[in-house]
Amino acid sequence: MMKEEKKAQAVADALGTESNEELLKRERRANSAWSKLRRNKTAMVGLAIVCAMIFIAVFAPLLSPYDPAAISPTEAFLKPGVDGHIFGTDNVGRDLLTRVFYGARVSLLVAFGGTVVAGIIGVLLGLIAGYFGGIVDTIIMRIMDGMLAFPYILLAIILMTVLGSGIFNVILAIGIGNVPSFARVVRGEVHIIKNEEYCNAARVIGVSNARMLFTHILPNTISPLIVYATLGIAGAIISEAALSFLGLGISEPTASWGSILQTGKNWLQTSPFIATYSGIFILITVLGFNLLGDGIRDVLDPKMKK
Amino acid sequence: MLKTILKRILQCIPTMFIVVTFTFILTRMIPGSPAATILGPQASAADIAEMEIKLGLDQPYWKQFMDYILDVLQGNFGDSYMYNRPVLDLIAERIPNTLQITVTALIIALIIGVGIGMFSALHQYSILDYVFMVLALVGVSMPIFWLGLMLVNLFSVQLGWLPTQGRGDLAIGLWDFVSHMILPCACLSTIPMATFARITRSSMLEVIHNDSIKALRARGISERSVIWKHALKNALPPIVTVLGLQIASCFTGAILTESIFTWPGMGTMIVNAITNRDYMLIQGVVLFFALVFVIVNLVVDVVYMLINPRVSYEGGGSK
Repeated sequence: MMKEEKKAQAVADALGTESNEELLKRERRANSAWSKLRRNKTAMVGLAIVCAMIFIAVFAPLLSPYDPAAISPTEAFLKPGVDGHIFGTDNVGRDLLTRVFYGARVSLLVAFGGTVVAGIIGVLLGLIAGYFGGIVDTIIMRIMDGMLAFPYILLAIILMTVLGSGIFNVILAIGIGNVPSFARVVRGEVHIIKNEEYCNAARVIGVSNARMLFTHILPNTISPLIVYATLGIAGAIISEAALSFLGLGISEPTASWGSILQTGKNWLQTSPFIATYSGIFILITVLGFNLLGDGIRDVLDPKMKK
Repeated sequence: MLKTILKRILQCIPTMFIVVTFTFILTRMIPGSPAATILGPQASAADIAEMEIKLGLDQPYWKQFMDYILDVLQGNFGDSYMYNRPVLDLIAERIPNTLQITVTALIIALIIGVGIGMFSALHQYSILDYVFMVLALVGVSMPIFWLGLMLVNLFSVQLGWLPTQGRGDLAIGLWDFVSHMILPCACLSTIPMATFARITRSSMLEVIHNDSIKALRARGISERSVIWKHALKNALPPIVTVLGLQIASCFTGAILTESIFTWPGMGTMIVNAITNRDYMLIQGVVLFFALVFVIVNLVVDVVYMLINPRVSYEGGGSK
C-alpha cells in the first residue's frame, strides 16, 4: 500500500497537475467499497460460494438430470455413485443430488425471504424508535427486548405450530424471529445519525419527518444493515434447516436442505449418506455468507476489523 | 454503582411481563383444543366442553390472562395437562439433566476455546493459527443438529463406541454415565468453542500490541506474567460478553441437541408440550427460558461493570 502510494506520488510529480486528477480518480476508484472488497480474500471466497449456491438454485432443473419428486421404490437407498446417482438415492428412490440442488432453491428462498421480512419490519420499528425517542422508543424497544428473551428457535417453533408448515409460513416465522435484532441495530444507528450536523441543517429548513427519516437517515444506516443482513441470511439457513429437521418447517415431498436432513435422520443407521450431503451444503453455504458478511464489515467499518 | 445495578434489575420487569403476554397470546393461537387432545379422538363434544370448564378454558381470554398473571406472581405456574402435575415440579425434574450437558459443554468450550484463542494470538500467522482459525470459522457455521447426526453415525453406528441416545446412569457405572454425555456435549460445545476462540484471539491481539503491554515487557516482567496476568485480564471484557450470549444460545441449542439424542431434558419436554398443546407447560417452560436469558444478561452486565469500570450506564436507553 505504502509503496504504491509513493510510486503514484512520484509519477504525479513528474507529470504535473493534469494527470494528478487522473490519478486522484483512480485512487478514488481503488478506495471504493467494491474494490476494497475485491482485495479482501476471505470475502471473495465467501462471495464465490454464495454465487455458486445461487447459480445451483436458479439452474437446478438444468443441472440435474432427474425429477426431484419422481419416486421409484426399486431404486431406493442406492449408495452414492451407483447407477449414475452421484449422491445416491433416498428412501423412496429419489435422486439425492437433484433433491439437494432443488433444496438449495427452497432453503435460499426461505433465508432471503425471512431476512427481507425481518429487515423491513425491523428497520421501520428501529427508525421510528430511534427517531422519535421518548415513550414510543421505550414501548417498541421493551417489546423487542421481550422478543429477544425468547430463545429464538423456541419462538420459531411456536410460530410454526400456530401458522402450520409451508414455505411462506417458514419465511414469516424466521422473519418475525429476526425482527428485534434488526430493530436494535437500526435504532442504535439512528440515535447517532439524527444528531449529526446535516440532520440539524435539514431540520432547520423545515424538512418533514418522513422525508428526514427516509432520505436523510435511512441511507446512512445502510452499511451496518448490509453486514447484518448477510450474517442474518446465514442464521436463517440454519433456522430453516433446524425447523424442518424438527418436522415443523418444510415437509416432504418438498425438498429443502432441512427436510432432506429430516429424512436422513430416520435412515441414519442404514444409509447415513442421505443426511451427509445436504448437511455439507448447509455448512458450506452458511460459511460462505459468514465469510462475505465478515469481509463486508471489514471494508465498511475498518474500526471493527479483526 | 449499586444504583445502576438496581436500575438494571428494575428494567427486567417489563421485559418479563412482555414475555408472559407474548407466550399467552401465542399459545392460545395454537390451533386445536387441549381438552380434545387430552381426551383423545373418541371424546364427545359434551366431554370436551366439560373438560374445558375444568381447565378454565371456557373463560374469556382476558380473564384467563389475569388469572395466569396472578398465579405466576404467586409462584404458581399451573398444572400440566399432559402429566397432570405442577409445571414447576416438571421443570425442577428436568432442569438438572439440561444443566448437566449445557454446563459441561460450556466449560469445555471455554477452556479449549480460550486456550486456542490465546495460542493463536501469541503465534499470529503461524500455520497452527491458520488451521485453528479456519476450524473456528467452520465451527461457527456448523448446523449442530447435522453435526450430531454425523457424530452418531461415526461413533455409534460405524465404530460402535458410544451409545446413540438416552441419559446414562451412575449406578451402572461411571463409563455409562460419561459415555452418554460425550456426543451431546461435543455437539453443544462446537459453536461456543469456535466463538470463544475467535473472540479471544482478536481481543488478545488488540491488547498485546498495546503500549501498556510493551511497557510491562520493558520493565522486565516475565513473559508469563505479562500474558496471563496483565494481557488476559485486559482482553477479558469481550470474552465475558460473548460468554453471556453463548449461555443463552446454549439453552436454545439444547432444544435441538436433546431431540437428536433423546436426552430427557427441558428441550425434549417443550417439543412434546407444543405437539400436545399443553398450554400451561409451554407457558411455564418458555417463561423459564426467558428468565434464564434475562438473568444471564443481567449478570453479564454487572460483571462487565465490575471488570471494566470505564463502562457506565447513563440515561434510560434500552441498549
